[in-house]
Amino acid sequence: MSTKNQEREPIFSAANLKLLTGPLNLNNPITVQVLGICSALAVTAKMKPAFVMALSVTVVTGFSNLVISWLRNGIPPRIRIIVQLVVVAALVILVDQLLKAFVFDVSKQLSVFVGLIITNCIIMGRLEAFAMANKPWPSFLDGIGNGLGYGMILLIVAFFRELFGSGTLFGFQIVPESLYHMGYQNNGMMILPPMALITIGTIIWVQRTFKRSLIEK
Amino acid sequence: MKALRNYLDKQRPKFREGGKFAKLESTFDAFDTFLFVPNTVTKSGAHIRDAVDMKRTMMFVIFALIPALLFGTWNIGYEHYLSYGQTAGFWPNFVYGLGKIVPLIIVSYVVGLGIEFIFAQIRHEEVNEGYLVTGLLIPLIVPPDLPLWELAVGVAFAVLFGKEVFGGTGMNVFNPALIARAFIFFAYPSSMSGSKVWIADKLDSFSGATPLGKLLTNTAPTLNHLGLPSVHDMFFGYMPGSIGETSTFWILIGGLFLLITGVANWRTMLSVFAGGYLMGLIFNLWGANAYMSLPAWQHFIMGGFAFGAVFMATDPVTSAQTKKGKYIYGFFIGMMAILIRVINPAYPEGVMLAILLANVFAPLIDYFVVKANVKKRLKRVELAVNQK
Repeated sequence: MSTKNQEREPIFSAANLKLLTGPLNLNNPITVQVLGICSALAVTAKMKPAFVMALSVTVVTGFSNLVISWLRNGIPPRIRIIVQLVVVAALVILVDQLLKAFVFDVSKQLSVFVGLIITNCIIMGRLEAFAMANKPWPSFLDGIGNGLGYGMILLIVAFFRELFGSGTLFGFQIVPESLYHMGYQNNGMMILPPMALITIGTIIWVQRTFKRSLIEK
Repeated sequence: MKALRNYLDKQRPKFREGGKFAKLESTFDAFDTFLFVPNTVTKSGAHIRDAVDMKRTMMFVIFALIPALLFGTWNIGYEHYLSYGQTAGFWPNFVYGLGKIVPLIIVSYVVGLGIEFIFAQIRHEEVNEGYLVTGLLIPLIVPPDLPLWELAVGVAFAVLFGKEVFGGTGMNVFNPALIARAFIFFAYPSSMSGSKVWIADKLDSFSGATPLGKLLTNTAPTLNHLGLPSVHDMFFGYMPGSIGETSTFWILIGGLFLLITGVANWRTMLSVFAGGYLMGLIFNLWGANAYMSLPAWQHFIMGGFAFGAVFMATDPVTSAQTKKGKYIYGFFIGMMAILIRVINPAYPEGVMLAILLANVFAPLIDYFVVKANVKKRLKRVELAVNQK
C-alpha cells in the first residue's frame, strides 16, 4: 500500500509544473533550442494570426504528445516516425477544419502555415525527446508548456512588429492619428520578414543578458 | 595646451578603479586620446613604426569627404532655388544648404556616438573612432529633406545591429553607413525614394526626378526626350540626388587624396569602375531597351556610383583583405550595381545593395584566394621535393 502511494504523485507536483514552466523561459523552444523559427517569421506581422497560430500549435503539441505517450509501448521503433506523423497530421487537419469553420478570415491569412504545423520542428522534437519515454500526463504538460513557450515568443514578436509596422494591436489603432499628422510614419521594415528575425535575435540577446548560464562557451 | 594636459592628468585618478567616476572611464579616455595623441607604444609582437594610427586614418577619410560635403551643401540650396525658377548667389545657396545639412550631421553624430559611448561603458572598452567617419557618411547619402527622427532611427539601428552586435568597430560584417541607408530606405520608402524627395522643399509642380529615376521609368525607345542633365552637369553634380553623391568631380578629388595618403585601396576602387564599365558594355550589346543602350561610362556620373566606389567599397573592415580578393570584390560590386540599376524595376539605384551584398561575400572571397595560394605553394614544395 505504501509503495503504491509513493508512485502516485500529485497531478501538479513540482516536477510536473516544471514541465509546464520550463519552456517559458530557460528551455524555450524558440529562443533557447532555436526550433520553429520558420513559422515564427511568417505569421508574426500581426497579433491576430500570431495568437491563433500560437493556440493551434499549443493544442497540437499537447494532444499529439498525449496520444503518442499512450501508444508509446505499442509503437515499433522502426516505424515510429510514420506513426507520429499520422497522429500529428490528424490533429492538424482537425485544427485546420475548426479554424475554417469559426475564424475563416484568420484561417485565410495563415493560409499554408496551419498545414505546415505538421513540419514544425518543435512538435516532432517533443514527441521524439519526451513523449516516447514518458507517461501521458507529464507528456501532455510538456506539450502544452512547449506550445505556450512558442506562443509567448510569437506574441512578443508580433506585438513589436504590429505596433511599429502598422500602428495597431489586434487590428485596433494604437498610434494616435495626431502623431501621423506630426510626421510620424509606420516602419515598413517591421512588416518585412527580416525584422522578425532581428526581433527574435534581440529577444535572445536580452534573455542571455539576464541568464548568463545560457551563453555557449 | 600644457595646462589642459595637466588638468587631464589631475582628473585621471577619479576615472580609474575606485574613483568617483569609475563608470565613465572609457568616456574619459575617449576625450583624452581625442585631444592628445596617446603615448602608449605597442610592446609585443611584430609591428611597423608609423605615425598613422586609427584616429589619423579616420581623420584622413573625413578630409577626403569635405569637397563632396561642401559641394553637396551648396547644391541643396542651388536645386531648391532652381525648382522655384530662381538663381541665387553662392552664399544664399550655401547658407540654405547649411540649414538642411547641419541638423542631419548633428543628429547622426549625437545618436550614433551616444550609443557607442553607452556600449563602451557597459563593456568596459575604449570608445572607438570608427563612428567619426560613419557619422559623416550617413548624412551624405540621404536626401536633404529626410525627417530627422527617421535619420535617428536609422542611425540607431545601424550602430546597434550593424556594428555593436558584431562586437564594435573592426568586427562588423556590413558597412554601418549603408545599413543605416538601407534601413531607412526599406522602413520609410516615401522619404527615401521616388521623385519628390531629392530637392529640399521643392515647388510641387517641379519634377524632382533624378536621372536614374527618369531612366528607369522610361518606356520610349530612345532617351532623347527624357531631359537628362548634360554630361557636364552630371559630372560636376548640378542635379538632384542624395546630398553628397551628386558630384563625381568632387568625390574623385577626395578619392585622389585617399589614394595618395594610402588610406583607401586603389585595387578596390579601380575594379569597381571596371566591373561597372563591363556590365554597361554587356548591356550595350544586349540592347533590349533604351536604358541598356546608355553609354557604359555614363553610369559613373549618375546616382551614387562614384561615391560608393570611392568611400563605401574601400572600407577596410568590410571589404576583402587579400590583393586578388580586392579585385574580385570590387568587380562584383561594379557589375551588381549596374545590373540592379538597369534590370530591377523596384530599385533605381543599385550601388547600396550591391556593396551590402559584396560585404557578405568578402570573407568567402578571401578564403578562396588564400586556399588557391596554399595550393600553388604546395605544388612548388612537391616539385622541389621531387627534384631531390
